Amino acid sequence: MSTTEQNLPVKAFTRDFNFYYGSFHALKSINLPVIEKHVTALIGPSGCGKSTLLRSFNRMHDLYPGNRYQGEIVLNPDNTNILDARVDPIEVRMRVGMVFQKPNPFPKSIYENVAYGLRVRGEKSRSTLDDKIEDALRGASLWNEVKDRLNQPATALSGGQQQRLCIARCLATDPELLLFDEPTSALDPIATANIEELVTQLRDRVTILIVTHNMQQAARVSHYTAYMYLGEVVEYGITDEVFLRPKKKETEDYITGRFG
Amino acid sequence: MKANELDQIRSVIKTNKRADLIFALAGFLALMVGVMAFITLFGEMVANGWERINPDFFTSFPSRRAANAGILSAWVGSLLVMLVTALSAIPLGIAAGVYLEEYAPKNWMTDLIEINVTNLAGVPSIVYGLLALGVFVYTFGFGQSILTAGLTLGLLILPVVIVSTREALRAIPIHIREGAYGVGATQWQVVSDHLVPYATPGIMTGVIIGMSRAIGETAPIITIGALTFIAFLPPSPVTDTVPFLNFEWLFSGFTVMPIQMFNWTSRPEEAFQQNAAAAGLILVLMTLMMNAIAIWLRYRLRKSISW
Amino acid sequence: MNSMQTTTVVSDRLARNVQRNIRERAIETILFGAALVSVLTTVGIVWVLVSESLNFFDHVPFGDFLTDTMWTPLFSEPHYGILPLLMGTITTSLVALVVAIPLGTVIAAYLSEFASARVREIVKPFLELLGGIPTIVYGYFALTVVTPLLQAIYPDLPGFSMLSAGLVMGIAIVPYISSLTEDAMRAVPMSLREGAYGMGSTRFQTAIRVVIPAALSGVLSAYILGISRAVGETMIVAVAAGMQPNFTMDPTEPAQTISAYIVQVALGDLPHGSIGYQSIFAAGLSLMLMTLLFNILGHVIRRRYREAY
Repeated sequence: MSTTEQNLPVKAFTRDFNFYYGSFHALKSINLPVIEKHVTALIGPSGCGKSTLLRSFNRMHDLYPGNRYQGEIVLNPDNTNILDARVDPIEVRMRVGMVFQKPNPFPKSIYENVAYGLRVRGEKSRSTLDDKIEDALRGASLWNEVKDRLNQPATALSGGQQQRLCIARCLATDPELLLFDEPTSALDPIATANIEELVTQLRDRVTILIVTHNMQQAARVSHYTAYMYLGEVVEYGITDEVFLRPKKKETEDYITGRFG
Repeated sequence: MKANELDQIRSVIKTNKRADLIFALAGFLALMVGVMAFITLFGEMVANGWERINPDFFTSFPSRRAANAGILSAWVGSLLVMLVTALSAIPLGIAAGVYLEEYAPKNWMTDLIEINVTNLAGVPSIVYGLLALGVFVYTFGFGQSILTAGLTLGLLILPVVIVSTREALRAIPIHIREGAYGVGATQWQVVSDHLVPYATPGIMTGVIIGMSRAIGETAPIITIGALTFIAFLPPSPVTDTVPFLNFEWLFSGFTVMPIQMFNWTSRPEEAFQQNAAAAGLILVLMTLMMNAIAIWLRYRLRKSISW
Repeated sequence: MNSMQTTTVVSDRLARNVQRNIRERAIETILFGAALVSVLTTVGIVWVLVSESLNFFDHVPFGDFLTDTMWTPLFSEPHYGILPLLMGTITTSLVALVVAIPLGTVIAAYLSEFASARVREIVKPFLELLGGIPTIVYGYFALTVVTPLLQAIYPDLPGFSMLSAGLVMGIAIVPYISSLTEDAMRAVPMSLREGAYGMGSTRFQTAIRVVIPAALSGVLSAYILGISRAVGETMIVAVAAGMQPNFTMDPTEPAQTISAYIVQVALGDLPHGSIGYQSIFAAGLSLMLMTLLFNILGHVIRRRYREAY
């Protein structure tokens, strides 16, 4: 499964992927492609496992005891199963960036926040850092707002700016896949619109997998949508198809608001 | 992602992980320093003092001859001082904790008391000794007595009791209070029938930790001028005539375990060092036991409570 | 009749209410009194230290106290310069901190960021026990174990030295520093760690670059409270550092600290009201001011710069 029906390249996909929180079977044989340089949205009622699935792509669950993966999540082009015990979760996280539900800037300056990922990769050259940080901040449409105060603490920014800073932080390291975990749930409508706008700008450059509880958001920003329920992918397809002509009854119920 | 980029990432990770490993080792070593210090400290006292620990050691007074010396007056003194400390610090500390947590209005007076409690916790113990010397010994005229020592240590551990009382009360959820008020209880009834009983295990943890600190305190007791050589016991608190209680012991001279140990430690003779080791061993076992009880109590508390 | 009855019942209740209110107020007053004891303690400490120190400074010029380099109150020609005692206090504290701050920080970071929950469950109570050992026992340990050990490496070391006392004091305050530091580090929310891990950081990078900077105010205040501990520590230095005031900052020499001087005087029997008696209050006041300064600084740092996560 390296291309879809339209012969688009697949950046990553899951194969019979299961996930357990202790004895709780949270994800059940998930098979899901993530198309390169497109946005794939995960929607579904809360508790359906969409965030759990997203966090698996970044091996976030490794941080907590008692979690268990089963099956495969394959990252292309090198066809690596990132869940393989021989694969270092740190390597996975360097290739796959993540933006969290609540903006979580580090208690450092704006500059140092964006520089962080580069520094972790051992980048020391000031001019390289400067260039990449400017690119990343421009990429996150934040440059004009912060270019004069790069050395101020990131915590002084507004919530929406903080979230864009977190996006810039990821962009600086040029991730192959960018994960968004309900990135606007803690933001006001204007900041939300800014982030959505940003995602639409990024979607031709970066492969994006986004979890959202907001169906309109999924409809606005994504090319592909997967509807999840009770730990399973109920329906996956081109976003317009899923929203306008859902194949499954459950999807239709959810989308039309009869459920969830 | 090109293969050489991946290789680059892998080599960076390798370097990063080396630092990670080195730090993990450093952490482990740092812990080992603590463990080793504890083992040598304990081992040395056992090796040096073990043969001195026999029944005679507990039933003999200190003596000029090391082999005959014992800790009778010291452990009796410690026991009586601790009694005074407990009787003063526990009621005062709980009452103050209850006041600050349940009654205190938000005003400058409350702020003052709170800042004060925090600061008292950081005052060096020897300063409490000076307070006691100036106030209890000379101003109040209690002399260099068990009462003075007990009250001094009581004040010393007061912040510990207050803080643990407040924490224990704070852990009781609001709906317990509302439930009691809802059936018409007065504030004092809520406090005495519900809050303090439910907070008791938490308070006890603090009390035991405070007492274990008090029992090992040396500096303030030396400062009030406790004698280091005491070859008598205070008058018995219990008598055979009415009213069967006697409070003369409160004003008696005394010595306590840590002072006895200090006295022996400062003697150059090897034989007295053995006594010091034996006394130290008993002292450490006493404090370790008290701490262990407190830790266990807290552990059980964490496991069992589900409001 | 009916209305009469109602009235009695109401007034009865009112009477009971009044009674109850009086009782409640009385209880509150008693509890307030208990809380006030802590304030009285502070007042007592300040009063005793200041009043006896004023008596002391009637005999000793304040300038001499601060500048004289000799402290010989019990000699026939007495000198009352606090500097030698101060240097003893500072030197032993510095040695202690050189041990306690790195060890305490590394242990805290290890427990907070590296160790599994299992390891933490075992190690933390152990550290607490280590912190609960009476300081007189640590003093004995310094004198009988650490000093001979140091003499094996450095044969010229005297039987009493600030080095030995300071090292053991450092060990004794490691649990204090590590537990406060770890509390500060564990208060850093998981979302920050996830942010760092999410970019491919190792545990070490997360700890050093994100967690410690985020917890910096708590960590610094732990250090400062540790300094205050070291400055006020008495028995270890009284037993192992020697009882001779020594105008030096060479840790391999014996010296007396402020607290050890108080112990030394209290062990003898100086008459109440003598200048020797008053001198320990002047020494105590200096000690109190130093620790108070550090305590306030520690709390201010923690409060003012409390991180807004």
